[in-house]
Amino acid sequence: MHQQNSIVSGRYPTFGDHRGWMLRGFRDGFPIAMGYFAVSFALGIAARNVGMNAVQGFLMSLGMVASAGEYAAIMLIGAGAGVLEMIATTVVINLRYFLMSCSLTQKLDPKTPLWKRFLLAYCVTDELFGISSAVPGYLDVAYTYAATAVSVSGWCLGTVLGVVVGNILPARAMSALSVALYGMFLAIIIPPAKHSRFMGCLVALSMAASWIFTAAPVLRTISSGFRVILLTLAIAGIAALVRPVEPDGTPAKS
Amino acid sequence: MRPSILLSLLIMSATVYVIRALPFVLLRRNITNPFLRSFLYYVPYVTLAVMTFPAIITATDSPWSGLLALIVGVVVSLVRGDLFTVALSSCVTVFLSELFLVH
Repeated sequence: MHQQNSIVSGRYPTFGDHRGWMLRGFRDGFPIAMGYFAVSFALGIAARNVGMNAVQGFLMSLGMVASAGEYAAIMLIGAGAGVLEMIATTVVINLRYFLMSCSLTQKLDPKTPLWKRFLLAYCVTDELFGISSAVPGYLDVAYTYAATAVSVSGWCLGTVLGVVVGNILPARAMSALSVALYGMFLAIIIPPAKHSRFMGCLVALSMAASWIFTAAPVLRTISSGFRVILLTLAIAGIAALVRPVEPDGTPAKS
Repeated sequence: MRPSILLSLLIMSATVYVIRALPFVLLRRNITNPFLRSFLYYVPYVTLAVMTFPAIITATDSPWSGLLALIVGVVVSLVRGDLFTVALSSCVTVFLSELFLVH
């Protein structure tokens, strides 16, 4: 994981080039901001429906930066939930970030100071975690910070506009924007499948399992947050047993 | 006890942050255990795959436009795996196909 991968690194700045990584982060933050805008716009509409104002919507998106998490937050506020219920629900729905943070600690240069780690913790969303994991070798945190600055701006702006102007964006545009985030996920998980059949099978198997868990009786009653955690633990665990990574951090060639 | 909206947001924001920050405090060094290293290497791929499918099909106004976006996204990722290009091709696919699929 920590070695430079010559196949991919040509597209990225070299490690230590903070300026290059920052610029790259701003660039990669844009498609994320675009997708965030659509999702947070819908969240803003939901927030307004439970009586939240634009400032509260802004603070929620700035503080939580979590789509399903914020949706739950809006529902909890709307239902007049108590403090314990709020904490318990927030922990369960956002537990996958714990796994993502664990994974991301291993992408860091061990010399990275604690304050940079604490700042990076704020940046752990599905998308920012995704692009930060896709970087070859150690992660230059300037890359993640830059992408976060751009995408969280889009996230907060979308929420505020959702609260203020509601359904002004045409349904067609909302529908089209709603796949931006999934498009980005594909751009992260599909390319490794070109060089490794194992990675291709892993991704296909994960999608199939996820589909079964949303369609099969009993299994489909599991909340989406728990589904992600359960399947990640099970499938990544099996993959680690079947195909341990080489000392250089890449899976053994198939 | 029902907290005010601002207090609720503060409590939930702090909770999410603690979940995200805890591993950075607990795992300061690189893990040497081969199983754990392998597990954490595979985590992003499995997590993102699980979150993408079947969610991409239910996100759009028509499941068929979502399916098309998935296929186009996979093909474009294989040809040129750049975040922006893939995200944009998926969005354009949905927009164009829904001109025919959704009335």
